[in-house]
Amino acid sequence: MTAYVLRRILAAVLMLFVVSLVTFGIFFLVPRLAGQTVDQLAAQYVGRNPDPVQIHAIEVKLGFDQPLYVQYGRFVKAILFGADYQNGPDVSHCPAPCFGYSFRNQQPVWPQMMNALPVTGSLAIGAAILWLVAGVSIGVLSALKRGSFFDRAAMTIALGGVSLPIFFTALIALALFRDTLQVFPDAGSYIPFLSNPFRWAEALVLPWVTLAFLYAALYARLTRAGMLETMGEDFIRTARAKGLPERTVVLKHGLRASLAPITTIFGMDLGLLVGGAVLTETAFSLPGLGQFAINAINNNDLPEIMGVTMLAGFFVVVANLVVDLLYAVIDPRVRFS
Amino acid sequence: MTFLDVRDLRVHFPTDDGVVKSVDGLSFQLERGRTLGIVGESGSGKSVTSLAIMGLHRGRRTAISGQILLNDEDLVTADPEYVRRLRGKTMAMIFQDPLSAMHPYYTVGNQIIEAYRVHNNVSRRVARKHAIDMLDRVGIPQPASRVDDYPHQFSGGMRQRAMIAMALCCDPELLIADEPTTALDVTVQAQILDLIRDLQNEFNSAVIIITHDLGVVAELADDILVMYAGRAVEKGPAAEIFDAPQHPYTWGLLGSMPRLDRERATRLLPIKGTPPSLINPPPGCPFHPRCAFAGQVGAACATVRPELDDMADGTAGEHSLACHLTADERAVLWDTDVRPRL
Repeated sequence: MTAYVLRRILAAVLMLFVVSLVTFGIFFLVPRLAGQTVDQLAAQYVGRNPDPVQIHAIEVKLGFDQPLYVQYGRFVKAILFGADYQNGPDVSHCPAPCFGYSFRNQQPVWPQMMNALPVTGSLAIGAAILWLVAGVSIGVLSALKRGSFFDRAAMTIALGGVSLPIFFTALIALALFRDTLQVFPDAGSYIPFLSNPFRWAEALVLPWVTLAFLYAALYARLTRAGMLETMGEDFIRTARAKGLPERTVVLKHGLRASLAPITTIFGMDLGLLVGGAVLTETAFSLPGLGQFAINAINNNDLPEIMGVTMLAGFFVVVANLVVDLLYAVIDPRVRFS
Repeated sequence: MTFLDVRDLRVHFPTDDGVVKSVDGLSFQLERGRTLGIVGESGSGKSVTSLAIMGLHRGRRTAISGQILLNDEDLVTADPEYVRRLRGKTMAMIFQDPLSAMHPYYTVGNQIIEAYRVHNNVSRRVARKHAIDMLDRVGIPQPASRVDDYPHQFSGGMRQRAMIAMALCCDPELLIADEPTTALDVTVQAQILDLIRDLQNEFNSAVIIITHDLGVVAELADDILVMYAGRAVEKGPAAEIFDAPQHPYTWGLLGSMPRLDRERATRLLPIKGTPPSLINPPPGCPFHPRCAFAGQVGAACATVRPELDDMADGTAGEHSLACHLTADERAVLWDTDVRPRL
């Protein structure tokens, strides 16, 4: 078991290294391969009507004149140990973990991301709890009452949930519940948890439900399919043959075995979402990582784009690690092989 | 009072293609301490019969009729909750594939403890001790430590032993073993059969052993019931069925059995054709399309369904048969045609 955990952690660290390499490669190597010169890259940072002297100065300042491996080394070193940046006459220190310095906003990338993270985190985790509970219970009930009115209704709604895009359901929800019924007046803004927990929750109810609706639909269908398969297994017949009450058969024996694939997908989904729920954040004007990423892309702000890419990659890797470890808890066969 | 009395049992499954008559009028009796072997091909209704006795036949749409009297209590009409409480306590079952029949996520011990505690109001500690005792009784070495193993850490034979321990943990009066040795290799098969026999003697339980392997029933059974297309075609004491089988289908089963004491060059004698449709069984005797001797009787085989009757010639009181061939015809066929080829 310890060996398994260590192996998974080592694999995760390796994965993060690969993520950094690929991210760096995409943003520095690929443009060059596509024919962009160092001058053109540096010109983005100079402002309007750059002259060659200024461009060259920027090249030196940002290290674009160095070989790529030196640049990558600096990139990783900054993340691990921090870095100093010349900013006009001053020197700005960017403490570790330094994901670069945005010359457009005149501030390091990391603190900006850390401001956006709680917004996305609140959104993603709240929605995740909702969709997991709702999706799994509806899926189990549907599987047990297969072919019943409940099953048909739930699966039809689930089909709708999977098919309707977030920006559609979000706008409908806002128009209906905020504007017409005025139940959630704060929806469409973010109120920090620490300033007012009640209004934090009130503002987030609609984004939670909207996002959870999409995923709950997916999870209900997944759980239903998994349960239908599991309930036909031999060990379920054994559990019944032992004289266990049907409740125990379903929950202890059936659901437990169907949970493994759901755990996997849940980890991936949550990891991806914490890295930025772009559509939901945009629709509800939440200043989260998704919004941050969109702004960075619109402004062509390379350090910010790289920072948010690395952060999103980090969450996916961590989520995968947690899933791997959970898997070992759920399925003993993983532990002992 | 008969311990288990099955009377005219019918289990029908409605499907889109028609009603599947898996079991269609089956009757038999079983006393405690006795072993009944139910033999037949796949799809003859053996497993459905055992599941129906256990109340495990699936689906709300399953139509079941007839009577299953266990200690004079009819299980067909009984409250499902009542039958649920009998399962595992009064009647228990062992399944074919012990790997898929055990939950992969729970330890062997926990699965036995669960089976024991659902019927006995005892603490986990007491139940655990009982589980270790049971594992010891079925011959698992170092039961005190193996009790915490998962099924995948057991070998095939040990898994089946553990399944038996689980089935017997509440001292059931009726044990149903559905192909208990099919998934095991031969040396382990013999051990498992020995174990079932020993435990049966110890607990004085009634045992139903379901198999397509005549070697298994020869080993264990006191009585044999040969099933074909959801019905009994021949029924009687094991010794008689092996010494003087009467039904052409039973002859076919015996002929299909590989034997070590025979020249390799001799070919097995498979029964031609495939088991009949259970939705539209052949008219008359369901076996007649595959029966090598149907021509000797004439039209009756294809039109009149033979009933399971005590043999008119009185060779044995309990030996009964469903066939249109007369006793003399059978005796001649057996002596001249069938026996020399076995």
